[in-house]
Amino acid sequence: MDLYEYQGKATFARFGMPVPQGEVADSVEAAVAAAGRLGYPVVVKAQVLTGGRGKAGGVRLAAGEAELTEVAGAILGLDIKGHVVHRLWIEQASAIAREYYASFTLDRTAKDHLCMLSARGGMEIEELAETDPAAIVRRHVDPLTGFTAADAAAMVAEAGIDEAARDGVASILVDLWRCYDEGDADLVEINPLILTDGGRVVALDAKVTLDDSAAFRHPEWADYANLEALDHRERLAREKGLQYVGLDGTVGVIANGAGLAMSTCDVVQQVGGSPANFLDIGGGASAEVMANALQVIATDERVRSIFVNVFGGITRGEEVGKGIAQALQEVHLDAPIVVRLDGTNAEEGRAILEGLGSARLEQRPTMLEAARRAVELAGEAAR
Amino acid sequence: MSIFLDETTRVVVQGLSPTGQGLYHALRNRDYGTQVVAGTNPRRGGETIEGIPVFATVAEAVAETGATASFISVPPAAAAGAILEAAEAGVALVVCITEFVPAKDEARAFARLRRDFPGTRLLGPNCPGLISPGKANIGITAADIASPGPVGLVSRSGTVFYQAIYELTQKGVGQTTGVGIGGDPVPGTTFIDCLAAFQADDATRAVLMIGEIGGAEEERAAEFIASEMDKPVVAYIVGVTAPPGRKMGHAGAIVSGSKGTAAAKMAALEAAGAQVARNPSEAADLMAGVVAGLG
Repeated sequence: MDLYEYQGKATFARFGMPVPQGEVADSVEAAVAAAGRLGYPVVVKAQVLTGGRGKAGGVRLAAGEAELTEVAGAILGLDIKGHVVHRLWIEQASAIAREYYASFTLDRTAKDHLCMLSARGGMEIEELAETDPAAIVRRHVDPLTGFTAADAAAMVAEAGIDEAARDGVASILVDLWRCYDEGDADLVEINPLILTDGGRVVALDAKVTLDDSAAFRHPEWADYANLEALDHRERLAREKGLQYVGLDGTVGVIANGAGLAMSTCDVVQQVGGSPANFLDIGGGASAEVMANALQVIATDERVRSIFVNVFGGITRGEEVGKGIAQALQEVHLDAPIVVRLDGTNAEEGRAILEGLGSARLEQRPTMLEAARRAVELAGEAAR
Repeated sequence: MSIFLDETTRVVVQGLSPTGQGLYHALRNRDYGTQVVAGTNPRRGGETIEGIPVFATVAEAVAETGATASFISVPPAAAAGAILEAAEAGVALVVCITEFVPAKDEARAFARLRRDFPGTRLLGPNCPGLISPGKANIGITAADIASPGPVGLVSRSGTVFYQAIYELTQKGVGQTTGVGIGGDPVPGTTFIDCLAAFQADDATRAVLMIGEIGGAEEERAAEFIASEMDKPVVAYIVGVTAPPGRKMGHAGAIVSGSKGTAAAKMAALEAAGAQVARNPSEAADLMAGVVAGLG
């Protein structure tokens, strides 16, 4: 789960890191009121879950109320890479002397954690990684021993952080590690981490991605549950506990496992069709889950046919059959369904579907044949 | 031959209970011919479930039955502990199918294995297991789709793993061993571990590798194929049509040095000399051609 900047900064503050003072505002009026409490000048920052906000005009300075009214009005409703801005973060403007970069994330290849620090932070950090990789200092962190103050001191020196900022940056690195480790984050990144004219080191931005699998030991994450960024299909799917991504084609796709769901979308496109969605019913799905999946697909007006592609491992074929039978009774479905069912107890599942005798339900023995049939039924020319 | 698993492997099922998923799949594994010799459950030591003797700990199970492998399907919060319990008991192969294990737990558990138990191979978490057709099956793969033969199979995705085994069998191409490594952040066994084992296995004549978008493990595997393998490799990357995910931060891209796209991975594998398929059926067709050409 990705956190908005304001949530990330609150998380940083909880782990003892200095962040600028600020407030959330959902309207121009609220922004003006917040700035009144914080004091001008303020920076107005679009709260969207995507990068490149600055270049898109989503981060602007306001020196006084008139300017803030104009700036806040311009940013609210702005579309940044498909993300519409509904919320602003208003914070006290910082006098930036230097910009650094700091992060912790998992190194999948080394199977340990990686701290990265650079004295040259700012917008073009990925470019810097390519053009001058030595400018980003990296240190692997043993998951058993963790990241220590000594590690931080060594990195700060190696990265060539300005003398005046070394203690502050080192202290933040240690806190950032705790935020990453104890906080069960997959990523914590500060870009830029700044030295102010006044000599303070402050996290001016916050990128935090939480590990959803660790939610069971973080009851405080319930506050972050945020469905705003989703369209209505995605919201319904989330409520039903399904992994769903809306696309814009005409063939509704239901499969078990993220890999097979993606592969099914690939095949639908290869045979001349277009997937309406990616929907993974997960491992060990019950009849109920399959019925829910069909219900979500039924709300998509663009869907002309539905392709259910299940290869049972932990998911059992008879549950798939029962779920489709249940959905046919409970859910109003206009689109015809093509089912391809294999794997664990597939014969039982196929027999259940056969027994329904439904004209709108067809079975095909292979993934490719089923994909072609679904594409045909969607009114497109299958190849 | 086969890799990691054969008819002599003796399996202990951790967290065995009369109602759990573990029992269902353990019995299916046993029906296939796998030696399922023990179960563990701290509350059921001394019981017998479906003919499987249950012990309180893995150490007891190993001492009493000579178990050499373990099958874990415990809840996420208990998975890391179960993996280490098996390693401490001297189990050589630990197969953990548990989904949604926190990444920090995986990293810590793997670091313990690397430091203290180098003789233990972990497969997973969040994987379907592995199957050596005609010999043994540990995990949740429906074994009747597999058939013995000359192809080694390794897959990151679970369900596409089944799909690929099935397609190969349909086309008359059997397998030495199929390994589902899982797509979690810290997989115990990687593509390269499997490619190296297949390269060293005399019975394996060719390898089918199924990758997925994201990360850079397929690119690393391509480097290994180019420099260390002389057996033919067919590859398929899942997710060609997946929309680019929204990306938070830059650290991921800087670490992996990869865009993570299907196109980048396919190009890397092609450059390494692998034949690259666009879907599971085409992968099996290409492999059938490779096997026919082996003579």
